[in-house]
Amino acid sequence: MKFKLKIWRQKNNQDKGGFKTYDLDGVSSDMSFLEMIDVLNEQLIDKDEDPVHFDHDCREGICGMCSMYINGEPHGPLRGVTTCQLHMRSFSDGETITIEPWRAKAFPVIKDLAVDRSAFDRVIQAGGYISVNTGGTPDANEIPIPKTVADEAFDSATCIGCGACVAACKNASAMLFVSAKISQLSMLPQGQVERDERAEKMVAQMDAEGFGACTNTGACSAECPKGIDLSNIARMNREYLGAKLSSGK
Amino acid sequence: MSWLSDTLTSTIGRKLVMSLTGLFLIIFLVVHLAGNFQLLADDGGLAFNAYAKFMTSNPIIKTTSYGLYAFILIHIIMSIALVRKNKAARPVGYSEVKGSANSSFSSRNMGILGFIIFVFLVIHLRNFWYEMHWGAIQMDDAGNKDLYKVVSAAFSEWWYVAIYVLCMVGLAFHLSHGFSSAFQTLGVNHSKYTPFIKKLGIAYAILIPFAFALIPIIMFLNS
Ligand code: HEM
Ligand code: SF4
Ligand code: FES
Repeated sequence: MKFKLKIWRQKNNQDKGGFKTYDLDGVSSDMSFLEMIDVLNEQLIDKDEDPVHFDHDCREGICGMCSMYINGEPHGPLRGVTTCQLHMRSFSDGETITIEPWRAKAFPVIKDLAVDRSAFDRVIQAGGYISVNTGGTPDANEIPIPKTVADEAFDSATCIGCGACVAACKNASAMLFVSAKISQLSMLPQGQVERDERAEKMVAQMDAEGFGACTNTGACSAECPKGIDLSNIARMNREYLGAKLSSGK
Repeated sequence: MSWLSDTLTSTIGRKLVMSLTGLFLIIFLVVHLAGNFQLLADDGGLAFNAYAKFMTSNPIIKTTSYGLYAFILIHIIMSIALVRKNKAARPVGYSEVKGSANSSFSSRNMGILGFIIFVFLVIHLRNFWYEMHWGAIQMDDAGNKDLYKVVSAAFSEWWYVAIYVLCMVGLAFHLSHGFSSAFQTLGVNHSKYTPFIKKLGIAYAILIPFAFALIPIIMFLNS
């Protein structure tokens, strides 16, 4: 397969950056999107040019590093996958593919397609610890949790922190991510002790990082590789507003 | 900052305010529409004028109307604050965005649709509300201000009716997202109720603006 690649190049955070177009030939339809970029980069290195910088780690859809905004959508046109799980058969031969970094004030560009997502880490850190008893290993099933609740909490916990929700949202809002992180603990008995405090602190940190507000467009959930549901955001709103109304401070 | 101002200036708090003021306006529109239907009564406007008199003099309704003015203002001011915050959250935009692949037209254009409603409100309030309160209006046979005459004069101009109808289309799109969005913001999202709320929202967003638009069209055709 043959492609025209329109890729965002930016030397560093201070650089203004701009698009550069590359022609790439001999791409197999079975290559993953990242392998396709690897091929391009080898050619660039052979020509003594700076290769395209991009984030990746597991290449099996679980780490959430491979942030690329492809043809107007985070992680490209295929639903429910990250960029590393997207294959060139999802594109047509000769197509022009536009590749941009995640765009958000809270995700500054490091270089080319790599952005700094430590704002997400700070939101999680703001949530703090959960209180647990020390001592021996607890018995399995010691704490009774209804299967439906455990399943729902697990669904929320599948969020891999990739940031596609922020990239997809017209407001660069992080609500889907933050709501998944708040939900996974608020539903379980282990998360009850710090439940209110956690919701208040994580939302405050989310706002401080400069993410936008939610307009409930649903773009985040539609583009999320893990299919995190919008009901998480509704739950976060309940948790946050309830905590604000009833907490001691 | 106190916990209350802290909450109401957070992204979620601001959306709470948008949602509550929006839902209040949704209820208000039903009441307003019921009143407007009296414009179609075949009595030269007597019933409508008596109703307008009642709405501007009854103390309970007057008090409620101050709440209404405040809520509209708060909804608008909060929407400006949100739009600005949301724009600031993405200082550098994308060269290509496939919005239609993941979200509805209305949900992506709430600000523009709201602005259309705002323009409508300015025209509407100037022509009818301001005239009723402070304009020089003749009296009808029952001794009430003849607002009916003002309204029917406006609705005998085709361009006025056209602007009115277009703005109602804007309102319809605003509400086709706004109605169900307001519930999601309040945290009401449940597999038992949300499908119903979404359907109700679409029905409301079609029927109410349609009925509002129908009245000037009928009055234009009768004029
Ligand atoms: C001056 C006119 C108006 C403006 C400028 C305006 C603006 C907006 C904006 C920008 C939003 C989206 C906020 C966000 O999610 O980020 C919104 C939401 C909404 N608006 Fe309006 N609007 C106006 C009039 C109205 C009217 C007349 C109604 C009702 C009859 C209404 C009902 C709603 C509702 C229910 C929402 C959804 C709230 C939520 O998502 O929680 N708006 N409005
Ligand atoms: S909610 Fe989905 S899109 Fe957002 S960070 Fe988590 S996995 Fe990625
Ligand atoms: S590289 Fe780990 S999810 Fe794509």
